[in-house]
Amino acid sequence: MIAEFGLAALWFAAALAALQMAAGWLALRPQGAGMAAVVRPIAVVQGLLAAIAFAALIAVFCRTDLSVKLVAENSHSMKPLLYKFAGAWGNHEGSMLLWVTVMGIAGGFVALVERRLPEPTVLATLAAQAFVSLGFYVFLLFASNPFARLVPAPPEGNGLNPLLQDPGLAFHPPTLYFGYVGLSVAFSFAVGALLTREVGPAFARAMRPWVLGAWIFLTLGITAGSFWAYYELGWGGWWFWDPVENASLMPWLAATALLHSSSVLAARNALRAWTVMLGVVAFSMSMVGTFLVRSGILTSVHAFAVDPTRGTFILALLAINIGGALALFAMRAGTVTEGERFSVSSREAALVFNNVMLSCVLGIVLVGTLYPLFAESLGAKVSVGPPYFNPMSAVFVIPMLMVLAVGPLLRWRRDAFGRVAKRLLAPWFVALGVGAVLVGRGGIGLLPLAGMALGAGVIVASVLPLAERNLRRTPLPVWGMVTAHFGVGVALIGMGSDSAFTIEKLVAARVGETVAAGPWQIRLAQVEPIAGPNWTAFEAQLQARYGGGGTVTLKPQARSFWAPPQQTSESALHTRWNGQLYTVLGEQTDDGRWQLRLWWKPFVMLIWWGGALIALGGLLALIGRVLADLKRIAARHKIAYRRERQGR
Amino acid sequence: MSDPLNKSARWALWLPLGLFGVFVALVALGLLRPASRDVPSAMIGKPMPDFALAPVVAGHPGLAKADLTDGNPRLVNVFASWCVPCAVEAPQLAQLKAAGAEIDGVAIRDRGEDVAAFLARNGDPFTRIGDDRVSAVQLAIGSAGVPETFVVDGKGTIRYQHIGDIRPEDAPMLLEKLAEAGR
Repeated sequence: MIAEFGLAALWFAAALAALQMAAGWLALRPQGAGMAAVVRPIAVVQGLLAAIAFAALIAVFCRTDLSVKLVAENSHSMKPLLYKFAGAWGNHEGSMLLWVTVMGIAGGFVALVERRLPEPTVLATLAAQAFVSLGFYVFLLFASNPFARLVPAPPEGNGLNPLLQDPGLAFHPPTLYFGYVGLSVAFSFAVGALLTREVGPAFARAMRPWVLGAWIFLTLGITAGSFWAYYELGWGGWWFWDPVENASLMPWLAATALLHSSSVLAARNALRAWTVMLGVVAFSMSMVGTFLVRSGILTSVHAFAVDPTRGTFILALLAINIGGALALFAMRAGTVTEGERFSVSSREAALVFNNVMLSCVLGIVLVGTLYPLFAESLGAKVSVGPPYFNPMSAVFVIPMLMVLAVGPLLRWRRDAFGRVAKRLLAPWFVALGVGAVLVGRGGIGLLPLAGMALGAGVIVASVLPLAERNLRRTPLPVWGMVTAHFGVGVALIGMGSDSAFTIEKLVAARVGETVAAGPWQIRLAQVEPIAGPNWTAFEAQLQARYGGGGTVTLKPQARSFWAPPQQTSESALHTRWNGQLYTVLGEQTDDGRWQLRLWWKPFVMLIWWGGALIALGGLLALIGRVLADLKRIAARHKIAYRRERQGR
Repeated sequence: MSDPLNKSARWALWLPLGLFGVFVALVALGLLRPASRDVPSAMIGKPMPDFALAPVVAGHPGLAKADLTDGNPRLVNVFASWCVPCAVEAPQLAQLKAAGAEIDGVAIRDRGEDVAAFLARNGDPFTRIGDDRVSAVQLAIGSAGVPETFVVDGKGTIRYQHIGDIRPEDAPMLLEKLAEAGR
């Protein structure tokens, strides 16, 4: 009954999306002005209905209603409740439903709060949002109904992929989806602004909180995903240039560029056409990413939902949405004036440089991700990995980091490089000093060296914008920028340190044997079988001593799940202030020894701390922007109230 | 305010749409093409590289390029004692051996005692076994993992590369390729 209720809500939501699109479109015409009043309420109700449908799906998963096909295929009555809950979106249909739900709620939110833009632009934006949603509703209802029944109901479900049974991963996909879908609002704003030719600072200010919010979620999602891959896959690596990782990186790069260019548009009324295009591109990259993951066209460890028919459907949606928006851009952008001019030595110019570099990296990642596909159509199978991505992206990232140090110190419009050059002495000095020390130690590759030296420089440079400010009166967005740039430096040092200083040991050890890994002495004390709710495992007890210090115990496991049958390794980690010990238990050899993989990774945690700082910076900026908006609204109300009293 | 973009720059605005069109066409092609999981080898038709590997276990001589150019076609099996699928394909190798195939081995990143234990446990179809401690030969012949099996003709030219373990249904195909290499 709950499933049918959810399905009905989904149908109603789809119908309302169609209505919202038509009414928004008609309201833009003189004869349809009467429609203007209904668009916003429809958007709100559509969002609510989508949320109800999603709630119904969560309910059938939590109750393990096996007569629902999706539940039977992806859940299991023995599964812990958290994973029953998270199982609702750990599959194709559920994640698509989550997608339209977030889109619907976001659209409803725009309808409720957006008052700065001219009304026609808001209506066009909501129509565009409904248009995109409608495509996904049709996809859900006709090609991937999450509420389809299974007759007869099976006695037990299939279970969830054990790799996905992890608390981090339960919340990783929704975080990314919030990011992807948040960008849909930027996309709709861009389309709305193009339709009504209202590309200006007001458009940038309206779009910016959405871009910021989406960017925060993407940053968190990518950081968490990287950490998940690091400790769950048991390979000791944190980024694999896997197509699915790239699929989340590409929207992030576009959103980062958009974030910076919309600042220019909001503050200086420049970069109009470019910002609009990035608005289109950012969400396009999200959809392309989803398509690549869901269609299984690029096979990878992530492709747990491989299905070509659905791939074709999503491709059609992509072609209509992105193709339509880009065609609109091509037709209309020519009439969008370029806006204010600026000098080469200005903050605008630095941000333009940042945008160009980010776009180049985006291009590199896109080409690298799609190249195997391209090569395949020419009859060759290849895979593209770190030897391509690392140096190619470094070519653009390194100059960008240098400009990152300068940009925030430059004034808008026109500035003298001489003025800032002196202030940059400190970061240069630190970067060169760190570089010299590392080269002195020897045995370090070029990229880790550049990463750590530049990271140190960026950290120093990032706080310079605060130097001449009264800290109490420094606006939150400036704190946000400083925090985020600081985080970039921190993450860089972590990446460099991990790749330069990691010590790896692969051994087969007897129980009682002691193995050295870098500064650690690790004793395999015992291995014993243990049982979990839906798995059994061998658990090793490792007694590790750092230098002459005390003993810590790590318990890595080799787990066997029975629904579905699969082996996973649960790594055990011990974190110190200066790094992380990473241990994995492998199989038993025939002579009774146990395979152990041990890594000592100095300062590796900085990678994710940096990512978290970047997201925190975004959050500070977002809070700052929203508070400023609220203040402005309050002030306007006050003025209106006074006028009213004076009028009486 | 500056002027609207001049005419020469206008065409550039269609560029993103054009690029996207190329992307869609490419992906549509990829989707419509039936999915194939076999990776065609780039090594087919190439001569084996020059190499000489030391023996790894007693009773089996090492393996060198010269052994592969004696006029007889053979299978070269890239394996390791630590590789589980290698144990899985052992019955198929035995079957190929029984059908008259000559099989040489390349042991990857392995130790003599481990290889001997592996052969004792899973059977020993090999004539020669070369010791490839650092995967040098493995990389030179374009093998990315274990197990892999190469069909090499009597002149030392690679005729076929089988990636992954030999399933029971693959054995006749390999015999066929071997016969072809002998013609």
